[in-house]
Amino acid sequence: MDFIQANLPYILAGISVGGQYALIAIGYTMVYGILRLINFAHGDVFMAAGLIMVYASTVLPLYLAIPLVIIVTVLIGFTIERVAYKPLRNAPRMSIMISAIGVSYLIQNLALYITGGLSKQYPSIPWISDSVTIFGATTKMVTVITPVLTMVLIVALVLLIKHTKIGMAMRAVSRDFETSQLMGVKINSVISATFIIGSFLAAVGSLLYFSNYTGVTPTAGSMPGLKAFVAAVFGGIGSIPGAVIGAFIIGICENIIKGLGWTTFSDAFTFALLIIILMTKPTGLFGEKATDKV
Amino acid sequence: MKMRRVLSLVLAVLMLAALMAGCSGSSNKNVIKIGVFEPASGDNGAGGKQETLGIQYANQETPTVTIGGKEYTVELSIVDNESSNDKAATAASQLVSNGCCVVLGSYGSGVSIAASPTFEQAGIPAIGVTCTNPQVTEGNDHYFRICFLDPFQGTVLANFASAELGATKAYCLAKLGDDYSVGLCNYFIEAFEGLGGEVVYETFPEGNSDFASYVANAANAGAEVFFAPVSTEAAALIIDQVAAQGLDMPMLAGDTWDSNVILNAANGKAVDIYVTTFYQEGGDPDFDAGVKEWINADATAKTNNGGDDTIAAVTAMGYDAYYVALEAIKAADSAEPAKIMEALWNVNYEGVSGPITFGEHGNANRDTAFVKHANTETGAWEFIAQQGVN
Repeated sequence: MDFIQANLPYILAGISVGGQYALIAIGYTMVYGILRLINFAHGDVFMAAGLIMVYASTVLPLYLAIPLVIIVTVLIGFTIERVAYKPLRNAPRMSIMISAIGVSYLIQNLALYITGGLSKQYPSIPWISDSVTIFGATTKMVTVITPVLTMVLIVALVLLIKHTKIGMAMRAVSRDFETSQLMGVKINSVISATFIIGSFLAAVGSLLYFSNYTGVTPTAGSMPGLKAFVAAVFGGIGSIPGAVIGAFIIGICENIIKGLGWTTFSDAFTFALLIIILMTKPTGLFGEKATDKV
Repeated sequence: MKMRRVLSLVLAVLMLAALMAGCSGSSNKNVIKIGVFEPASGDNGAGGKQETLGIQYANQETPTVTIGGKEYTVELSIVDNESSNDKAATAASQLVSNGCCVVLGSYGSGVSIAASPTFEQAGIPAIGVTCTNPQVTEGNDHYFRICFLDPFQGTVLANFASAELGATKAYCLAKLGDDYSVGLCNYFIEAFEGLGGEVVYETFPEGNSDFASYVANAANAGAEVFFAPVSTEAAALIIDQVAAQGLDMPMLAGDTWDSNVILNAANGKAVDIYVTTFYQEGGDPDFDAGVKEWINADATAKTNNGGDDTIAAVTAMGYDAYYVALEAIKAADSAEPAKIMEALWNVNYEGVSGPITFGEHGNANRDTAFVKHANTETGAWEFIAQQGVN
């Protein structure tokens, strides 16, 4: 019992942060699957969702603020795609990547301008910010909710991809961009849908993440974004289950390493893992084999 | 077609910017410039802004200085060093090229150490306001400071933890690569172990916001005091986790935590926070009243102070630093940086935070610190004790 009580906080923290990484990682992996683009601005969309919540909650009651945050975040994701990526659809892939980096810095600097560079205290949401005790370990409710909510959202997403028309279109586009276009798939609406789903999950992720770690700064999105990206690569970029499993593994390992007393190396571990994966299994755990088109 | 429209828009914006730049470049003969080298963003943004407020308040209280019988207007040249060691040198050279004759700042020792060579090459004296790491002034003649040092502060904190809190085991947490928190932790550990205590020391990397495991480590180690002299940004997250996990342990920190950011984070939570600092509100009622009035009258100042009129110790220190600089300028009777640097050694000024004279390495001779406790119900600091080193 003592053993559990002493070690449970690490596992709980790991699972919850893993779930939050997973929600961000899906955004990376879906966009990559369809556009072959690493959307560097995704972590910053996540941060923007946090900031919108900070400002929305000062003027609106929470039951209005939360839907508003989700809607505005989705709009931001949608707009970024339309303004910064769509005009570059036929440009070399490098240009669109650089555009993504530009958007990332634009969002960070806008946030810097708006907040004045100071950390903003995230509002505490009743119930999910409350403390609970599980087997003698005290933590926030959000730690318990996160894995459950993550799994529910992922099952819903998989169902959407497997059984709806837009899901079928997404699968087709991710297989072959040009051919599906020739077959009459409306490529722009498929891409928009991808960004909408990704931003929606990032918004939910930010609600959970910032409820647990309550400071929002202009760079608050970069570290979680980077780790979620590592998770997506780890699981095999383009694969949704891969991203989720990768995110949980990274979240849990990171916290176990901190628990073992090697706190200094917790970040180094994540990135060492990335290098090892890229060297031994470049396509990740569940990645599709690269097929060279002739 | 589209490209052309975008291009014309960009050009229009550029022209506007050029116009605006033209407006601010008014030239006045009798102006002396004092540089303010403080963070306005990043980890230490909140504290840096409060320190700048003290300087600005002092400047609007005494906006002129007499040199050689002529009255000079003191102009503040404020830059943002972004709390970042790699941006510090750029911000510092901006002050040098603005023609500042003396520089005040910074909050945060790391940026001061990083900017020091830039000021040295330009021959400009700098007055550290609340950078407490010994390395800031060590081995140079141009960096002064008006606050106490970390070896002193670490010892005071260790004495307090041992004698007042009755702790025999301490958990210390610092930010990796941060001169201030790593340094202060080391001095604390040295002193605490000297008193027969035991220490668990851990660090967290830049950009970390997940402190759940660190708090769990402190609980598992069986520590009796949680010492985390980190930036207020990280501190708010740590306090939140400590409350969430119900860690029943007093928290202890240095001067950075003396901020309303901490009070707001701790408000209504079951946490027990002690800090050591430079100034206790009420130490100089006239100064307190003046600052409060000024902050309440100016919306920007109030935002920069964190939305209320609590007086941070760093504000009092910024205020004193400005007057120390004026004293030196008067004593030198010149706007020459080299002469001001010479005059600084002999400045003797009675500040709101206590008397200020400079000793070895240009460090202020200080031998007391104030210990305060955060009241989580009223959201204010309570005075506990005035501590020295025996």
